[in-house]
Amino acid sequence: MTGSGTDVFLSELGRALPGIGRGLLVTLEATALGAALALLVAFALGLASRSRAVVVRGAARVTVEFLRGTSLYVQLFWLFFALPMLGFRLEPMACGVLAFGLNYGAYGAEVVRGSIAAVPAAQTEAAIALGMGPGLRLRRVVLPQAYVLMVPPFKNLLIQLLKATPLLSLVTIADLTFAIDQLRSQTGATASAYLLLLLLYFGVAALLGAGMDALERTAKERLGQEGRNA
Amino acid sequence: MPTETDHGPEKVRFDRVTKRFGEQTVLDGLDLTVAPGERVTLIGPSGSGKTTILRLLMTLERVTDGVVHLDGEPYSHMPSGRAGGKLVPADERYLAPRRRRVGMVFQQFNLFPHLSVLANVTEAPRHVLSLDADEAAARARDLLGLVGLADKEDAHPTRLSGGQQQRVAIARALAMRPELLLLDEVTSALDPELVAEVLDVLRDVAAGTDITMLCVTHEMGFARDISHRILMFDEGRVLESDAPERLLDDPEHERTRAFLRTIR
Amino acid sequence: MWDMDAARAALPVVLSGFGVTLLATVLGFAVAVVAGLGVALVQRSGVRWIALPVGALASFVRSTPVMVQLFAAWVLVPGLDPLTLGVLVLGLHYATYLSEVYRAGIDAVPKGQWEACIALSLPRRRVWRAVVLPQAVRKVLPALGNYAVSMFKETPFLSVITVNEMVHEANAFGSTHFAYLESFTLAAAVFLIASWPTSLLVRRLEARLAH
Repeated sequence: MTGSGTDVFLSELGRALPGIGRGLLVTLEATALGAALALLVAFALGLASRSRAVVVRGAARVTVEFLRGTSLYVQLFWLFFALPMLGFRLEPMACGVLAFGLNYGAYGAEVVRGSIAAVPAAQTEAAIALGMGPGLRLRRVVLPQAYVLMVPPFKNLLIQLLKATPLLSLVTIADLTFAIDQLRSQTGATASAYLLLLLLYFGVAALLGAGMDALERTAKERLGQEGRNA
Repeated sequence: MPTETDHGPEKVRFDRVTKRFGEQTVLDGLDLTVAPGERVTLIGPSGSGKTTILRLLMTLERVTDGVVHLDGEPYSHMPSGRAGGKLVPADERYLAPRRRRVGMVFQQFNLFPHLSVLANVTEAPRHVLSLDADEAAARARDLLGLVGLADKEDAHPTRLSGGQQQRVAIARALAMRPELLLLDEVTSALDPELVAEVLDVLRDVAAGTDITMLCVTHEMGFARDISHRILMFDEGRVLESDAPERLLDDPEHERTRAFLRTIR
Repeated sequence: MWDMDAARAALPVVLSGFGVTLLATVLGFAVAVVAGLGVALVQRSGVRWIALPVGALASFVRSTPVMVQLFAAWVLVPGLDPLTLGVLVLGLHYATYLSEVYRAGIDAVPKGQWEACIALSLPRRRVWRAVVLPQAVRKVLPALGNYAVSMFKETPFLSVITVNEMVHEANAFGSTHFAYLESFTLAAAVFLIASWPTSLLVRRLEARLAH
């Protein structure tokens, strides 16, 4: 990288900042909406895969395997390129959020299922002994304890989701990667542009991670698990 | 609802109850009746099916064969409208109101780790009995006073000693005002020096209420103090059944004598 | 609507891309397995001046998008063909995941094992090769399997640097024949058919090694 290249990059960077800001917002929006949908899907499929009805359980398991097995990349492209050929055209952002939500939701379903299964059976028995029905047991006894176990894997999935969002730039969305790629092609300062891009993603990932760590800490404190390990 | 009354007044009746876990038969055609207000202690070697009896009454297990009755009506089963009143396994809707009359204290306490001591005790009265918050809290504070933990209501359960946790568990069970209380080896998980505080609380409960109690324990002194009757179990059957002083001091069966020697 | 003729024409194209996908997965995972172990050992070496920067770099690579890393390598590292470059970038990205897996596996070897080695005066190399790694490998195998399946499903990212793997081929076929529905559906089906049995296998391995 030459000195003049860096100068051009820095002066162009100033002018490109609003665009980068908008791209960052788009990336954050897609991450937030995708994660929200994924959470919904994770709980729906995770709870269904513990249902006592074989049909419900089977349908949930097949759905999870299907969504996990077909590759996020293909799912997004299928929604964007193939679905219109069946007569349904979705906004590009809707394609992105749907693909992220369904794919990571399927991974999250395993987290929900596994965390619920990891709550000791004795807790459910104690709740039965107090006359609690199945819904109350799940809501008031099992989920509050399973929640602590869910947070760390959900943190990983959230950061994975963030790292998948550059895919949006491949389906015409002006996300962070798209914005900085434009800056790169305008300035030719490839190294600086990509380093900046990676640093921005790193920063967002660090913030999301810190937020999830804080959630985990408070959840553990409520269960009285802090202090004992410290 | 058709009930049989030729057994006299009964709180609990096991009618030829068999329970198998896979190949292993834990209860083998057991007949057992407990009268209202009666306090019965079950003793016997481990694996003899004592805990299974409590777990069947708490509906934590289902019978393999036979019927469990509660208050003179079927409990493990329910009369089926379609099959002309024949008994079919009870469903959740049938069980829910009946199960509320039964409470249980567990060997491992099983307190809810995400709730404070007070919230552990108020949880079920509020959400199962639909008591309002003040009423549930007042009831819980009374009971925490009874078990000597009035000053611990804001504490976190995991911060308490085993004996304190078990006393909270007793208060939690009593808060539901059960008619039948099941005590499943409630001191077995405790360090020896913490056993007395729990048993003292239970002696008070036994002396101050007419709750029917079924108790599995290895504490023979406690069993003698609170029980109207002691049942000696062996291999899924009742070997003998008698008043505490008779059964503990002058058992009929050699197996009972041998068992009592092993735990003294 | 679904066109059977288009699907018939797309199938061989998609399958030829699948060959490249498999090749990239195998080579990429080989890179990840070796480089990941290297990172884990360096981080445990106790030599701070190298352990710290390697650890920091690994965590940076781990928490940034592989797609951007591919773009960056594509324009910054000249002279490598797309497949080689893609395999290296994807492999190194996964190496940063696997280093964490190894670390957990090594930490899971009981302290008593190390103490027994000291008591036997085993040389350091022997401790690692004969005692620690064999035990750690058993613990990490299922996680490695899961990451292999996961990498397999992420190979389509290589298409952004023109590697002609399956999704690249499906995309190309879709645009020239206006048959995206057929080509992408086939690609999805191939992914599903290949990854489902593999993840079932990993799960059985997990269950067996759990004992």
